[in-house]
Amino acid sequence: MANLNDHMGRPIVAVTGIGVVTSLGVGKADNWAALTAGTSGIHPITRFPVDHLNTRISGMVDFLPSSSKGASLLTYDLAEIAAQEAVAEAGLDWGDFGGPLFLASPPVELDWSERFSLYNSDKHDIGAERLLRVARCLKGLDVFETTQFGSIADRLADRFGTRGLPITLSTACASGATSIQLGVEAIRRGECDRALSIGADGSATAEALIRFSLLSALSTHNDIPEKASKPFSRDRDGFVLAEGSGALVLESLEAALARGATILGILRGCGEKADDFHRTRSKPDGSPAIAAVRAALADAGLGEDKIDYVNAHGTSTPENDKMEHLSLSTVFGERIGSMPISSNKSMIGHTLSAAGAVEAAFSLMTMREGVIPPTINYDNPDPAIVLDVVPNQKRSAEVGTVLSNSFGFGGQNTCLVMAREPV
Amino acid sequence: MSPHDVVISGIGLVSSLGEGPDAHWRKLVQPGLEPVLEAARFSPYTVHPLPEIDWNLQIAKRGDQRQMETWQRLGTYAAGMALDDAGIKGNDDLCTTMDMVVAAGGGERDEAVDADILAASESRNDRDVLLNEKLTTELRPTLFLAQLSNLLAGNISIVHKVTGSSRTFMGEEGAGVAAVETAAARIRSGQSTHILVGGAFQTEHSDMLLGYELAGYLHRGPWKPVWQRQGAEGGGVVTGSGGAFLVLEQREHAISRGRKIYAELGPVVSGRAKRRQGELDAEIAALLSQAALPNGELLTISGASGAHAATAAEKSALDANPAITARGFSTLTGHMKEAQFPFAVALAALAVERKAAYPAFDAATEKPFNGVPRTVLATAIGYHQFEGMALVNAA
Repeated sequence: MANLNDHMGRPIVAVTGIGVVTSLGVGKADNWAALTAGTSGIHPITRFPVDHLNTRISGMVDFLPSSSKGASLLTYDLAEIAAQEAVAEAGLDWGDFGGPLFLASPPVELDWSERFSLYNSDKHDIGAERLLRVARCLKGLDVFETTQFGSIADRLADRFGTRGLPITLSTACASGATSIQLGVEAIRRGECDRALSIGADGSATAEALIRFSLLSALSTHNDIPEKASKPFSRDRDGFVLAEGSGALVLESLEAALARGATILGILRGCGEKADDFHRTRSKPDGSPAIAAVRAALADAGLGEDKIDYVNAHGTSTPENDKMEHLSLSTVFGERIGSMPISSNKSMIGHTLSAAGAVEAAFSLMTMREGVIPPTINYDNPDPAIVLDVVPNQKRSAEVGTVLSNSFGFGGQNTCLVMAREPV
Repeated sequence: MSPHDVVISGIGLVSSLGEGPDAHWRKLVQPGLEPVLEAARFSPYTVHPLPEIDWNLQIAKRGDQRQMETWQRLGTYAAGMALDDAGIKGNDDLCTTMDMVVAAGGGERDEAVDADILAASESRNDRDVLLNEKLTTELRPTLFLAQLSNLLAGNISIVHKVTGSSRTFMGEEGAGVAAVETAAARIRSGQSTHILVGGAFQTEHSDMLLGYELAGYLHRGPWKPVWQRQGAEGGGVVTGSGGAFLVLEQREHAISRGRKIYAELGPVVSGRAKRRQGELDAEIAALLSQAALPNGELLTISGASGAHAATAAEKSALDANPAITARGFSTLTGHMKEAQFPFAVALAALAVERKAAYPAFDAATEKPFNGVPRTVLATAIGYHQFEGMALVNAA
């Protein structure tokens, strides 16, 4: 009989379903094959013209029917596809999930294509006045719902029959991890036996790209797109904007075993710590990220020596990779040089609100498959960052525990600790 | 009463009526108080505008103020007031261990840049290229950070040093409901001892009105109290700028610090009616029943928005219970979206603490309340989706 409670007497939280979509494809099988082959999903932007843009590459998901239909519809589809895969794997009823929904998704705005179309459907007044007048005569709720922050989760709640008021959240680039943390906490509090945590982001619009560009956050290595994302390399010059989704079905181990579900992994600990230093930069001593890692380890009841692999945030920005190295080497000490640490973003780019969930999905698969996906494009190591980044080639390894990091603008730091077995 | 009860130990409020819990109480207990209205700037829409605010009082650095637009400043300001009120501001030990859940929408776009692009779109067919051309040259780089939903929380961390944890919930009124509900659950379960929770809404921006008006939700024509807009021109919602933050604290934590307790936060309940399938009436009834209302007369601080269908459903549910005496505060503040539910809970806590009810905000519709309110119900039935309620009890 397995122990059903953790070191703090709380219900152990198991993962019974995993779903994922990235620029590498739909579903775990295609993604895992590409990821372990070191294949990049980064490609030239075709969704909109790239005139005047410094960055002309991305990891957009361009192969769905909704890929050209705006951020809201695409984000919904990404979430639905990943959740469907996860719920099916968990062997649960597709329309009657029976637990709460936690959705990490990008903030919504009225798409420019809609703005243009509303504005040019009339000739009276100018600017916002015209938009408002046209808006109040609109028939139907389709455009309206793309501007409501709760609408994607509302549709998903209908689709999957989740219970209660769905929570839509944003902790910037840590959002996906936060959605999982909220699910873990709800199960630990005994509010539910299972939760559906989804991170989805289909918001790679021209304006989003320009906004990140103006903050000098994006790589401008346009010539060979698949080489642009190069975490921990000396010549890294920014992240690659990308889209994707990850979904996990979380269940109390007790409920999962009782219904005979396959246990895919354990969500063992979550930790967070906010940074008060700056809106986009981290505190120079790395103390908030360090505190977040330590909080996750403490929550998991594991010492530093018990982590087998780190799924890095690894964005490929000069700042992130330097700070992540600082915080990991502070926490893990000398051992850091011999721990495998790889960045999925070298292949899929930065899926923003989805990243934490996508990378949790890949972390769980890493343990199950006994294969660590590589950090590709590691041709020119940063001498200031001495890490075993699993360079360029996948590696077979027994991985029993993973630390997955997520850091975001606004001082967001969230870390997850996952384990293969309940122990 | 239990040591793990959730109590309200700090309140920060801003609305067209003024700022701070005391100022709001003094105004709101005046019978027949007239709302502060701005009917010209956004005609045909009326809004309740922000009062004059000296941002320096809560955001000391000009540099910080410049990094934000009004929405973030407003939220950071209201959060600072709540921290001050709870005796937490400036206390490093308490701030660095304090958790935070913020209910947020998005920040303000640059209206001039947008208007310029829209105007140019009338004579251009290559609108996507136009967009690139204008946005790459005209957008202020740091404006993005003033627009990001989670950067209200980010600014609260920077300005007030609240760094235990930081989570932002999105989704109109439902975000405010979920923020309060989650914060309370974390304290009750021992996951947290003190949490800052709340939100802000700055309506004096065309996009914030557009967010309602794409479904025709805004009231037009002469202003009316929130319960009297059925059948009037438009959709019934009159918006207001404002913010509400609460410090929620584990009872024994607040007592050990020797703090004043406004009230105890009782059950917080939430739901998602499938409104198109006609479930709203049943959902409101179910929430009223889950909230475990006490016997006897019950003061209810209603966050009703004025939106015709949702407000009619809420009114009929509240009217059906003769023990309930409702006060629709949107009559006096306007609808504050993500901040609506925290604002309702704050007003409920004030009434409990002052041992007095508010007079009718709309004497033609609301009945008098004669007793001492020991328990007050706070509601937020979303103008479009999501519903929530909380019971606030004497400390």
